[in-house]
Amino acid sequence: MMIDILGYGAFFLSTALIFALITLGLNLQWGLTGLFNVGIAGFVAIGAYASAILTTPDAADRIGGFGWPIALGWVGAATIAAAAAAFTGYATLRLKADYLAITTFGVAVVVQLVALNAQGLTGGPFGVAFIPRPFAAVQDQPVLFNFANLAVVAGVTLAVFLALERLSNSPWGRVLRALREDERAALALGKSARSYRIQAFAVGGAVMGLAGAVQAHFIGFIAPDNYLPTLTFQVWSMLMVGGSGSNRGAVFGAIVVWAIWVGSGSLTAAIVPGDLQARAASLQIVAIGTMLCMILLWRPQGFFGPRPRRP
Amino acid sequence: MNLQFLLDGTLAGAMIGLGAIGATLTYSILRFSNFAHGDFMAWGAYAALAVVGLLGGSTPTVPLSFGWPLLLAMVVAMGLTAVLALALDWLLFARLRARGQAIIVVMASFGASMALRSLLEFLFTSRPTYFSRAIQMAMPLGLGIKITADQVALLVLTLLLVTGMHLFISRSQRGREMRAYAQNPALAQVVGIDVASVVRATWVIGAALACAAGVMVGVLVQIRPLMGLSLLLPIFAAAILGGIGSVPGAVLGGLIIGLSEAATVQFVGAEWRAAVAFVILMVVLLVRPMGLFGVAER
Repeated sequence: MMIDILGYGAFFLSTALIFALITLGLNLQWGLTGLFNVGIAGFVAIGAYASAILTTPDAADRIGGFGWPIALGWVGAATIAAAAAAFTGYATLRLKADYLAITTFGVAVVVQLVALNAQGLTGGPFGVAFIPRPFAAVQDQPVLFNFANLAVVAGVTLAVFLALERLSNSPWGRVLRALREDERAALALGKSARSYRIQAFAVGGAVMGLAGAVQAHFIGFIAPDNYLPTLTFQVWSMLMVGGSGSNRGAVFGAIVVWAIWVGSGSLTAAIVPGDLQARAASLQIVAIGTMLCMILLWRPQGFFGPRPRRP
Repeated sequence: MNLQFLLDGTLAGAMIGLGAIGATLTYSILRFSNFAHGDFMAWGAYAALAVVGLLGGSTPTVPLSFGWPLLLAMVVAMGLTAVLALALDWLLFARLRARGQAIIVVMASFGASMALRSLLEFLFTSRPTYFSRAIQMAMPLGLGIKITADQVALLVLTLLLVTGMHLFISRSQRGREMRAYAQNPALAQVVGIDVASVVRATWVIGAALACAAGVMVGVLVQIRPLMGLSLLLPIFAAAILGGIGSVPGAVLGGLIIGLSEAATVQFVGAEWRAAVAFVILMVVLLVRPMGLFGVAER
């Protein structure tokens, strides 16, 4: 019993930390740079599929199955997601902020469409299976396996966290903050707003892609349904709860919101009769959406965000 | 070659165009892209469905699949959708707008959209529903094109709504005020334009047209909670293609996107339809971001 709880705890924390990774990527884009991304699910999916295609064993019915080592698959995932984000930024960041939002929304729609329909690349609605899992050798010992996975996920999250902390305190991060706070002043100092923003958007996209890849290898199987708009929405709630602008807040918000999500999910599963569960699940999303709006209204800095400056 | 896709595309384009008018006005006057706009369509369609139910069903006026009760219900639903939009503005958007960060309002509309859509799923389940399940006979128009009586009626309705809207924006005093505020908010306030009523008019028009489009989708296709979400990208693409703030541009943009989608279904494959709006959006953003009838950003 105790062992089961420990094993479940490790599983829960691994999932939450993968969300924390995505939220860290969003925090770089939104919290530090002020770029609004409504297509998070799309960039996560790009990373997941990229790594899956690069690392799975050869498959007859689709392209890929290159059998690369997992680590190389993750590097590939981050690179391809970064390229997609850089192109999105290149096309929209000389225009008004809303155009980036609309375009990222479109990216998520199109990635979902490609995942569903380009069977020769993505396996279509059935997705990609047999994605190699790290520590597959100890798969028959669930507790050990869960903790080994947790160690990997926690290691990646910590590494990304430290790298982002360093980046945001570097001269590069200072320019991003300056652009967000007072674009004209930063321009007057000779900084190219567009180029810095594209860089930040690409790095954030890379982190999201990496998170998608880590999750794909953690579960061992991916399908288009994993990357619906609900994912984007969850990650936004996580960042807003934690406080945009703070990396610690991003990790904290991810764990708290995921706990609320899983907790309320199992609560409704326990007390709501079977035929009403789909409806109860939609009420869960209504609650989180309302919470997001209320945070925006009354506590825009979240729990960890910097104090709002007086206008 | 079967030319039926020209008619299908025009019909789809009419619905997208009606939605895009509201999106383009919200963007140019309230200065944010409203991600909840598609959900106004879905809420409008369900509101009309509920009112038809209260009226005891819509007895069809032959040869249509619907009758006067549905038209009456649509007018009531347009009012209800406008109330929904005004309430949302009062509760959420107006407060955030007052803080002056446009992109926070976009985010709030994203959260509101998610909540509105899931609330519909809670109330009506995600199963699709219909105003009428009757099957209509299509009349041949020549060149291999067939049209049903419903389609004729809805095209006429769209034409009336769009013409009326165009005249309102270009001729009426309120329409002039809206355009003035869109062009230069500070100057508009200086000359004594009542900003609050301009904002109200924008929400009422956008929501009412979204509701009409939603009812049309309901008559021609089906009603489901996700119907607004799936039309959101075509609507934004049409508004940007036509040029933000331009009513004729939004309609033309809607028609271009509707026709391109229908052509894609015909020549490429139905599964890629949803990608068309994105491709057009990217081309417009890269080549001519001000759109067909837009003015360069200052």
